[in-house]
Amino acid sequence: MSNTAKIIIVLTLITMISGGVLALLDNYTKPRIEAYKEKVKNAAVDEVLPPNDRVEKIEKGEYQFYVAYKGNDIIAIAFKAFGGGFQSKLVLMVGITPDFTEITSVKMLEQVETPGLGTKIEYDPANKEKPAWFTDQFKNLKTQPEITYVKNVKPTKNTEIQAITGATISSKAVVIILNEHIAKAKATWESN
Amino acid sequence: MRNRTVIQEFIKGLWEENPVLVSLLGLCPVLAVTVSAENGMAMGLAATFVLISSSFLVSMFRKVIPGQVRIASYIVIIATFVTIADRFLAAFTPDISKSLGPFIPLIIVNCIILGRQEAFASKNNIGRSLLDALGMGVGFTLTLLVLSSIREILGSGTWFGMEIMWPSFSPWQVMILPPGAFLALGCMIAGANWINRRRKS
Repeated sequence: MSNTAKIIIVLTLITMISGGVLALLDNYTKPRIEAYKEKVKNAAVDEVLPPNDRVEKIEKGEYQFYVAYKGNDIIAIAFKAFGGGFQSKLVLMVGITPDFTEITSVKMLEQVETPGLGTKIEYDPANKEKPAWFTDQFKNLKTQPEITYVKNVKPTKNTEIQAITGATISSKAVVIILNEHIAKAKATWESN
Repeated sequence: MRNRTVIQEFIKGLWEENPVLVSLLGLCPVLAVTVSAENGMAMGLAATFVLISSSFLVSMFRKVIPGQVRIASYIVIIATFVTIADRFLAAFTPDISKSLGPFIPLIIVNCIILGRQEAFASKNNIGRSLLDALGMGVGFTLTLLVLSSIREILGSGTWFGMEIMWPSFSPWQVMILPPGAFLALGCMIAGANWINRRRKS
């Protein structure tokens, strides 16, 4: 057997076996990974929506809206907002009133910001009682005309939040993502 | 190499030829993921799993794989095991998988693993290759564990998530940032060199 033929046969065999093994493995692990993602998302939807009778999923444009009903009235809507942070992609679950003027709650789904600084937008270990104080600030925050942030002082307006010291860019990114996606989601939701 | 005893084949990875402290291989994940002891441990174990499995296969097929395509073959074998490790972590320990992020897939290009295939597994029998891989893997894991423990204890005041420092201790934030990784690793390498030099003289 010539050396060229040997090279082709060996490499082909190795890659085929590798592909086969990985395909089998994927079959086995995929449902678990999907189930976990679904669980995280559902938990986030439950967390950002106020107490309700039922939640309905509606797809419109590029958004998936999770609509919370009480009786026949829509009391709140949840959707995913995302964008660039300081060094990673930020994904947030946002709960908002049906007229998009007041946030019910915000939950961080994904972020890989600077450990110890930017990660405080999700979890601040220094604040023992309220480690998620940053996203908690968005509860009942008004969104019109727009959300703004202040540094090192307490917020005074009902559209203001306080940025994290040492992580202004991450804090600012959250505000920008929210403003942008609330406007876009509102336009999508109201269009038919 | 043939004159080493079986025990020595395993022991050399722990100290004498420690992949991180002596060979300075695979430093990228070493510096990046060691912000907490849990991450360091998970990274070390995942790399050890890939190293042992790859060494086994590479050693087994060392006479079949043509020399010209050996690196390509090693990479495919390594990548297969890395993907297995990555999918398993994502399915069974999603939190660790999330915090290690892209560094698990990057084990593929970790020079410790490719280096051991090229330098050892492709020239030695299965038994010795497994011992070599096990020693290197344990050495890598232990080094990561010590480094990540130093960084987590000083940088967050915790160890494996448990509070262990006194209440008034203020964490040295720099230790969990990239510069802290260089500082801690530098001190560890200096310490290892100092001990080695004293042992020699």
